[in-house]
Amino acid sequence: MAKSAAATATRTWSDVKSPRKVVISEGLWLRCPSCEQMIYRKQMESNLHCCPECQHHFRIGAAERIRQLTDPGTFEAMFTNLRPSDPLKFKDLKTYAERITAEQVKSEATDACQAGVGFIKGRQAMLAVLDLNFMMGSMGSVVGEIITRAIETAQERELPLIVVSASGGARMQESGLSLMQMAKTSAALARFDRAGGLFISVLTDPTTGGVTASFAMLGDLIFAEPKALIGFAGPRVIQQTIRQELPEGFQRSEYIQDTGFVDRVVSRHNLRTEIARVIDFTGK
Amino acid sequence: MLLSMSTFYQLDFEKPITDLERQIEGLEADIRRASIPAPVATPADDAPTAPATPALPTLPPVDVNELAQRVEELRALRNKTLEEIYTQLNPWQTVRVARHPKRPQTRDYIDAFCKDFTELHGDRRFGDDPAIVTGFARIGPHRVMIVGHQKGRTTQEKLACHFGCAHPEGYRKALLKMKLAEKLKLPIVTFVDTQGAYPGVGAEQRGQAEAIAFNLREMSLIRTPIVSIIIGEGGSGGALGIAIADRVAMMRNAWYSVISPEGCAAILWKQANEQTNSQAAKALNLTAADNMRLKIVDAVVEEPVGGAHREPAAAAKNLEAYILRTIPELKALDPDTLVNQRYDRFRALGSFIELPS
Repeated sequence: MAKSAAATATRTWSDVKSPRKVVISEGLWLRCPSCEQMIYRKQMESNLHCCPECQHHFRIGAAERIRQLTDPGTFEAMFTNLRPSDPLKFKDLKTYAERITAEQVKSEATDACQAGVGFIKGRQAMLAVLDLNFMMGSMGSVVGEIITRAIETAQERELPLIVVSASGGARMQESGLSLMQMAKTSAALARFDRAGGLFISVLTDPTTGGVTASFAMLGDLIFAEPKALIGFAGPRVIQQTIRQELPEGFQRSEYIQDTGFVDRVVSRHNLRTEIARVIDFTGK
Repeated sequence: MLLSMSTFYQLDFEKPITDLERQIEGLEADIRRASIPAPVATPADDAPTAPATPALPTLPPVDVNELAQRVEELRALRNKTLEEIYTQLNPWQTVRVARHPKRPQTRDYIDAFCKDFTELHGDRRFGDDPAIVTGFARIGPHRVMIVGHQKGRTTQEKLACHFGCAHPEGYRKALLKMKLAEKLKLPIVTFVDTQGAYPGVGAEQRGQAEAIAFNLREMSLIRTPIVSIIIGEGGSGGALGIAIADRVAMMRNAWYSVISPEGCAAILWKQANEQTNSQAAKALNLTAADNMRLKIVDAVVEEPVGGAHREPAAAAKNLEAYILRTIPELKALDPDTLVNQRYDRFRALGSFIELPS
C-alpha cells in the first residue's frame, strides 16, 4: 500500500502517530477505522462506500443509499413537501430552529427521512430511508409522518415496503411528539401486517433507541449490514448502569443475529440481490 | 397524621412546609405538656419531639387557648403555603414530586380500589418480571385486566423491580395478559410509572427493542377498551410500551416524555446537574398540562393539594373516579370503532409543516 502522501523528511514519533486517528476528511485518502489501512477515497466510494481492503461498511446518507439500492432513474421521491416545525420552541445550548437550519444546509436534506417508489432489480417497491446526515437520523414528527405515509402508500398500492434504518433514536427536541411517532408508525405497520403486506426492515450502523423499538424491529424480514450497532439502549448507557465490561461484539449485527432478532446479516454488495430475491420469493 | 410524612424524605422546595409543620408539632407538644396535671414530672418523654421549642426545661405557665389558636394560624399558613408551592411547581420540581418515595405505586392503587385482585405472573417465554404487575381485578362494577409498572417500596422490592425499569419479559408478560383480556372481552387498565425500560446486557440480548415495538404494534389492534394512566413517571419507550390506549390520562404531578430530564441534559447540555436538569425538564414539555396541550394525553387526574404522596387515599379516589367514568364510555363502542378511533388518535399526533406540493 502507498504510504501517506503527506510524508515529510523529518518526523518525530508524535507525527508518526497522529494520522492514526480516524479522520474522515475530504481528502483523497483516508484511513479505514477498521483495518487502519490508508485507502483511496474514490476506490472506497466506488466500492459502495466500503473499505476495499476489509469491506468495512462506512456510514452513508439517504441519497447515497437510494442511489445504491434502486435501479438508475427509477426512484420517484414522495412526501418531499413536509418540513420540521418547532412545536415546543425547544432550546438547549442552541435552539432547535437553529439546528434545523444548520442541518438542512449541511445535509442538503429537509429532514432525516427520504421516501419514494422505485425499482430494485426491476421489482417495484416502496422505499423509505433514514438519513444520518440530518441530526443523526433522529425521528421527529416529519420522519414519523413520512414513514407512516410510506406504509400507507405501500398498503394502498400493494407494494412491498423497504425501510432502511440508521438513527440515534427519537428526536429529543420534539419530546413527547417524537415518542408518539413510535406509536404512530407501529400502528400503521399493524394494519399493513394484517393486510398481508411485506415489510423488509434493513438495519444499518447505527440503529438505536426509539427507531429500533418501533418500526425497525417490526419487519417481516430483518436484514442488517455487517457489524452495525443495533440496540435499544446505547452501549455507554448500559455500561454506566451495569458497571461491567460489555461482551465481545455486543449489540453488533452478528451478535443480534445470534440472539435471534435479525434474520440475516447481509453485506451492502448483496443487499439489492437479497431484497429482490425475497420480493420474488414472496410474490409481492 | 400528615405531619409524620415529611420526617424521612424532604424535597428542597417543600422546606417552608416542613418548617411550619415542625413549629406546629412543637406547639402541640407544648399544649400536651401544659394539659398534663403534674408539670415538670416527665420532661424526658417530650424532649426529643420538640427541638424547635425554646426554653424547654423551665416551663412557664402557658395559656393553652392561646397556643391552640397559634396552632390554628400556623395550620392555615401551612395549607396556604402548600397550595402556593404546589400550584407553582416548575417542571423539574414536578419530576421530583413524581419520584417521591411515598408516592402511590401500582400496587397501592390496586390495594386502594381494585377488588379481588388476582395477580398473574410470567410471560411463558422466559420468566416473570416484577417490574410489571398484571392480573384480574374488579374496579367498581367492571371486571378488568390490570397492567402496571411497579417500582418497589422496600429496598428488596426495588432491587427486584429494578426501580420500575422493566425487561423484555415484562413487556411480553403485559402483552400476553392483554391478549387474554381481549379474548375474555375485559377492558384493560394500565398504570405507567417508569423512568424507562431497563438498559442492561440481558435486556438487550432478549430483545428489549423488539418487545416494546411488538407491544406498540399489537396493542393498537386489541379489540377491548384500554385506559392508560401515567401515575408517576412516563419515561420514553418503556412507558409507551404499555400505553397505547383509547384514553391516556396523567396524574397532575406525573411527567411523560421521550427521555428523562437527566438523560436529555447529559446529551444536549453535555452534563447533568441541578441547573441543566431543570432546563431540560422545562424544554421537554413533560408536565401534564404540556402533554394536554400537545394532545398526547386526553385528561389530567387531579391530585390532592401537596401531591399524591401526602394523601394517597385522595389521589386513589380521583383515579378510581376517572377510570369508572371512562370505561363505560369505551364499553359503549363496538370493537371496530374502538380500534379505528385508537388508530386515528395516534395517527394524528405530530407537528410538521406541509407545503403545497
